[in-house]
Amino acid sequence: MGQTLFAKTWAAHAVRTLRTGRVQILVGLHFIHEVTSPQAFEMLRARGCRVAFPDRTVATLDHIVPTTAGAGRPFADPIAEAMAAALEQNCTQFGIRLFGRDDPRQGIVHVVGPELGLTQPGMTIACGDSHTSTHGAFGALAFGIGTSQVRDVLASQCLALDPLRVRRIVFSGSPSDGVSAKDLVLALIGRLGVNAGVAFAYEYGGEAVSAMDMEQRMTLCNMAVEGGARVGYVNPDETTFRYLEGRPFAPAGNDFAAACRWWTSFRSDADARFDDEVLIDAASVEPMVTWGTNPGQVIPVTGRVPSPVTPDAEASLEFMGLTGGQPIAGTPVDVAFIGSCTNGRLSDLRDAARVARGRRVHPRVRALVVPGSQAVKRAAEQEGVDRVFVDAGFEWRAPGCSLCLAMNADRLAGNQLCASSSNRNFKGRQGSPTGRTMLMSPAMVAAAAIAGEVCDVRPLLRA
Amino acid sequence: MTGMPAGRITRISGTAVAIRGDDLDTDRIMPARFLRALTFEGLGDHVFEDDRAASAARGRLHPFDDPRCSAASILVVNRNFGCGSSREHAPQGLLRRGIRALVGESFSEIFFGNATMLGMPCVMVDHDSIAALMDTVERQPGIAATIDLDTMTIQAGSRSTGIGLPAAVREAFLDGTWDGTGLLLERFVEVERVAERLPYISGFRSQD
Repeated sequence: MGQTLFAKTWAAHAVRTLRTGRVQILVGLHFIHEVTSPQAFEMLRARGCRVAFPDRTVATLDHIVPTTAGAGRPFADPIAEAMAAALEQNCTQFGIRLFGRDDPRQGIVHVVGPELGLTQPGMTIACGDSHTSTHGAFGALAFGIGTSQVRDVLASQCLALDPLRVRRIVFSGSPSDGVSAKDLVLALIGRLGVNAGVAFAYEYGGEAVSAMDMEQRMTLCNMAVEGGARVGYVNPDETTFRYLEGRPFAPAGNDFAAACRWWTSFRSDADARFDDEVLIDAASVEPMVTWGTNPGQVIPVTGRVPSPVTPDAEASLEFMGLTGGQPIAGTPVDVAFIGSCTNGRLSDLRDAARVARGRRVHPRVRALVVPGSQAVKRAAEQEGVDRVFVDAGFEWRAPGCSLCLAMNADRLAGNQLCASSSNRNFKGRQGSPTGRTMLMSPAMVAAAAIAGEVCDVRPLLRA
Repeated sequence: MTGMPAGRITRISGTAVAIRGDDLDTDRIMPARFLRALTFEGLGDHVFEDDRAASAARGRLHPFDDPRCSAASILVVNRNFGCGSSREHAPQGLLRRGIRALVGESFSEIFFGNATMLGMPCVMVDHDSIAALMDTVERQPGIAATIDLDTMTIQAGSRSTGIGLPAAVREAFLDGTWDGTGLLLERFVEVERVAERLPYISGFRSQD
């Protein structure tokens, strides 16, 4: 009987079975940021613990950083400054590598880890952030954790976990032009619901996934958690290895070939048995838009808002100011946001720029582009993507989490409606308790910014 | 802080309060603006803050603002409670508000893990039993309830219902090892041994 990547990676990192029955798992790579780590360091000090493996933790500053150009230290926002300073102090005291605001490698933790080659197949990864599932795109098991678990990883490099079941999600066929990984994963969550993944890891495969580049795979794995699956992954292949080769923290020279062999050994076997299997025809997926207040409340852009059948759905519709039966296309938007750990990478910006080129943002709309990292920003500027956005009337900003969760100054006001390439349309998510979010792909956000309303990006791509 | 969970946890008794809704996310339990801080202190005041304000604006009383439930220690919820962000600020806020256990149809995995680490059990009952339990709690605000991890039941008023919890998690509460740092450090040499076996930590060259 063959084994899954999940089982192989789990076994390679299992230290022992604890007397409670949970399994002690070694965390091979730990990422931290300024929001969920300061309390963990305090607990560590209170218990008189050291950091067990300081070189297996990497820190970046992302959630609270301002995205205004040239905003240097100290930050104007005293709380942001205090949080940044605490992270620096903790990293200095415990000997942890930090990519701070002035470091050319700074950016959103789930963008930076992969682009530096830190994230690799066969690893176990943890971070005090639910979108840690992103790193599964490389064939790693990546767990979002809370702050007390951050403390445990710092102190012991381990977590006490229960194994997950594995659901294989097969995307067959090829998506049509204008349909991205974001649309595929929204379609998946729309079909299975936001809680179907509880106690499962999602293994993504099939023709459409094999054909994806690493950035699309990251989008797919990033959103696993929105479907309830703490872990999502793709088996590593040539695309993975080509992406990693030459990156600063990837194995180099003779080591690289050895690493590829080791990485390949973690792939799920051909005869691996899965606890569940779901098949989705990628060719039939259309650009998707959320109509409600969780990512599972989603329909194709050509569709109509469903009539509510539950009190929860009714409350969602009322909050969004929509009516059952109305076409989702044509819904006016106030703000457009392109960025986040879901869709803030170079290919996402290129997709959106392709739509924005030679067009203008609707006068009613405030449109922001926030690159996922300094490296993404530099690369986009080198190829002129920033000019396309600026010429079209988008704001071109500095990297960070920004309007995905509005912990800095980027936030909605009142009940503004935001077309957003981020991951969550929860009530209040974008900084205003009555602000409204519609999730979609970066290209669809660009289209909404230009039209001033939700619209199908596909005709714009043909024009 | 007094009254915080410590040691072995077998029984939790107190007033019950119910919050309706499937897929209640941690952004709603603790909006992100309250994460702009270096500690968890004071979070108890901000639990469900925006939901409570929205209820008040409509002339409705949110359960957490109902004086009869102000000392509640058992929270009754529906399905997939605590989904979304991994922010421990959500369970920390509930804990600091006085909640000591949750009972629901299901919980998001990260929330469940965070609550467990804080000594705040999240126990599960089936869909119909949750519906009945919610009705009971809403009909009799301030009703006393007891969750017993030994007998695996929840008692609310005269009603007793069986509860579920993964065996290892139940063991951790009964054993007093839910706050696991000590357990994870117990045999550190084994951790180092596993790390040495992993070429991405010890070096790929040696594996050639």
